[in-house]
Amino acid sequence: MTTSATAVPVPAGRKAGRNGRPRGANFVKMMPLAPAIGLMLVFLAGPILYCVYAAFTNMALTGTGAANVKFVGLDNFRKAFGSSAFTNSIWLTLVFTLISAIIGQNTLGLGLALLMRRSHRLVRNFVGTAVIGAWVLPEIVAAYLLSAFFNDDGTLNVILHKVGLPGQDWLYAAPIIAVSIANIWRGTAFSMLVYSAALSEVPKEIEESAEMDGAGGWRRLVFVTVPMISRAIMTNLMLITLQTLSVFGLIYAMTRGGPGTKSQTLPLYMYEQAFSFSQIGYGTAIALVMLAIGAVFSLIYLRGLNSEAA
Amino acid sequence: MIARDRISKLTANLILLALGILFVLPLLWVLFASVNRTAGLRVELPTSPTFANFKAVLNTTTTYRPVLNGLVLCGGAALLTMVCAVLAAYPLSRFKTKFNRPFLLTVLFCTGLPITAVMVPVYGLFVQLNLVDTLGGTIMFMATSSLPFAIWLTKTFMDGVPISLEEAAWVDGASNMKALRRIVLPLMWPGIAVVLIFTFIGMWGNFFVPFMLLLSPERLPASVSIFTFFGQYGEPNYGQLAAYSLIYTTPVLLLYLLLSRKLGGAFALGGAIKG
Repeated sequence: MTTSATAVPVPAGRKAGRNGRPRGANFVKMMPLAPAIGLMLVFLAGPILYCVYAAFTNMALTGTGAANVKFVGLDNFRKAFGSSAFTNSIWLTLVFTLISAIIGQNTLGLGLALLMRRSHRLVRNFVGTAVIGAWVLPEIVAAYLLSAFFNDDGTLNVILHKVGLPGQDWLYAAPIIAVSIANIWRGTAFSMLVYSAALSEVPKEIEESAEMDGAGGWRRLVFVTVPMISRAIMTNLMLITLQTLSVFGLIYAMTRGGPGTKSQTLPLYMYEQAFSFSQIGYGTAIALVMLAIGAVFSLIYLRGLNSEAA
Repeated sequence: MIARDRISKLTANLILLALGILFVLPLLWVLFASVNRTAGLRVELPTSPTFANFKAVLNTTTTYRPVLNGLVLCGGAALLTMVCAVLAAYPLSRFKTKFNRPFLLTVLFCTGLPITAVMVPVYGLFVQLNLVDTLGGTIMFMATSSLPFAIWLTKTFMDGVPISLEEAAWVDGASNMKALRRIVLPLMWPGIAVVLIFTFIGMWGNFFVPFMLLLSPERLPASVSIFTFFGQYGEPNYGQLAAYSLIYTTPVLLLYLLLSRKLGGAFALGGAIKG
């Protein structure tokens, strides 16, 4: 009872007394954080540190690297950046992220949210349900649906034939485009919801007064509406970029990275190296590169957020 | 002005309708193919609808066991996430210490951590600890990977419960945990439900984590078994694949409907994360 009593902030002295209280009080107050911190240390921080260690070794599941693990310095990274398969997967990852997240989900999500404000209730409900339906589907189911859609015998080609255009098996002809569109189809709902929520908080009067001043639709959007939701844009961009960087199941189920390596993004390349070829050291080096790319994107967006707040 | 307004509204509706149809087409395929005995890959209305595809996949190996595994795995992990997230959110929301801001920034950063990147070392860790192919180990990892987002969301919802209510309880001698249980939690159950359901939905669809950490067919959840089952035997039976996809999707659809009907659902989520 005494311990919990010290942990209770006394209302009257809350402001003045905080720093004067014994250190133990803070510690006890923060105790409920322990389970979460414990789990995150063991299963997140631990693996990341291990990643940093293993990336500089020749660790493997079979062969010499399995028997005696030794440090190999930067060899794994040298090997990676010298390998065309790795640089290919970096490019594909950036293309995939740019097309499907930054351009596709983000712009389409914002567009949908903006259009929905001017649309009929029935249309709005129909579109909202369709977009969210695609989002709620489990990853693998979405992958199957889109595989069917892009297949030689699939719906897309039926539509293309109807309007007199030639069809093809899109998963072979343009795999990275097909998986990017699949990711747009699956992920746009998230951006749409974020932007709908953000737009609903933009005061109507501000837009109306801009309209009175003669600002047309586009000018109003670019100079009034977008700046007002810029925080939401930054947060959304950060979340969807990081999500997209690590997409694995969708691509794996649709193309397995193929044909050849034409849709082998970093997560798939890492999986192949670490588990199909048992090169754990090399695999973790790739994972480290992936974490670094994620960190760079986070820093860029966090900067954007902070400069916004200032 | 009014005519222009009407035209712009009409354009908005037409563009939206076109986009909606594009989004709906792949969804229609799964609906139609599931009741079509001779389903192919294109959207086509079944000539004689049948439930044969559903009957064919409703057996222990294909459906019941993977779905049950999924419920145990995702249910357990979602509950563990929620308990840890509520406990963690309380001090973060109630007490302002120097520790809070760096911790919350770390949590925010972890929210976006590419989970695929840590899977190689996690697999190594699981080999060391003898946790590969155990439900318990997989539950703990799945819970951990969704914790950062859950903590962030829960804290946001908890911030909405006024602290003045607790101050009265503290004066009456209630401990922090008692105040949390008796006062804060009852007032934020919609928020708790949103976080819990979203965590569950995310896990239910998660393929990579159970795919890596579980091996035995009898432990695989539906998200993985659907892949191995239909990937193994060459050309799949599309009708059965569609039927199974629908069965597998049903729990999250129901939860999502519950969420959006009762709680304002994803709009609450959108509001909570826009920062």
